[in-house]
Amino acid sequence: MADDNFDSELNRLRPTLLRFAVLQLRDEQAAEDAVQDTLLAAFEGRARFAGRAQLKTWVVAILKNKIVDRIRQRSREAPLPEVGEYACESEEFDALFAADGHWQEPPADWGDPAKALEQGRFYEVLELCMKALPENLARVFLMREILEMETDEICKELAISSSNCWVVLYRARMRLRECLQLRWFGEGAEAE
Amino acid sequence: MKTCKEVHRLVIEGQDRRLPLSQRIAVRMHLLLCDACRRFEAQMELLRQALRRFPGD
Ligand SMILES: [Zn+2]
Repeated sequence: MADDNFDSELNRLRPTLLRFAVLQLRDEQAAEDAVQDTLLAAFEGRARFAGRAQLKTWVVAILKNKIVDRIRQRSREAPLPEVGEYACESEEFDALFAADGHWQEPPADWGDPAKALEQGRFYEVLELCMKALPENLARVFLMREILEMETDEICKELAISSSNCWVVLYRARMRLRECLQLRWFGEGAEAE
Repeated sequence: MKTCKEVHRLVIEGQDRRLPLSQRIAVRMHLLLCDACRRFEAQMELLRQALRRFPGD
C-alpha cells in the first residue's frame, strides 16, 4: 500500500477508534491522545503490517495496548475506590431465583450467536449497554473482556482483592445480559 | 446436585478462572439436565464472543 493510501485508510478508522477509546477510558481527552498515539504508531509500523491481517484488527490491537498503558498509569495515580463499595451489592441478582434456587424466570433462548454477531446494529446496542455500566464495574470488565487481560493481572493492576474482582465481573456480566435482553433480544426490541 | 443459582455463578466464574475439576463436573452434570441453565451459559458465551469482536465491522 502506498503511504498516502495507508494514511487515508488509517484516518478512515479514526472515528471507530475514538469511540472505542472513549468507552474504555471515559475521558475524551485521554481517548483522543490514545488514538493519536495509535495512528502514529501504526503509520510508523506500516512496514511491519504489510497487509497480513485486516488493517482494522491490527490497529485496534495497537490501540488496546495504548489503553492498557493509560489505565496502568491512571491506577497508579488515582486508585479505584476500595472493597466495600463493590461487595455490598453482590446480592443484586438474588431476586432472579426462588428460595429453592430455581430460576424465577428461565433465561431466554438468544438463538444462533452468528445471527446477532453479524449485525452492525447489535454492536451499537452493546455499546449503549456498556456505557450504562457504572464506571467501577466498566473499568474492570472492559480490561477483562475487551483488552483480554487475565483476572489476576487486573486485580494486581487496580490493587483490588481477587474476591472483589470476581464480584465486579459477575455484576458486569449480569447487567449486560439484562440490558441486551431488554434492548436486543426481548420482545419489542430491535432485533429481527 | 447444585441449584441453578449456584450453577449460574459458577458458569460466570468459569469465564474468569479455571474452576476445580469437581466443580466443573458438577456444572456439566447440571447443564445436561437443565435447559434454563444451558440457555444462560449460551447467553454468556454469546456475550463473550460479541465483546471479543467489538467494535464490530
Ligand atoms: Zn439450572
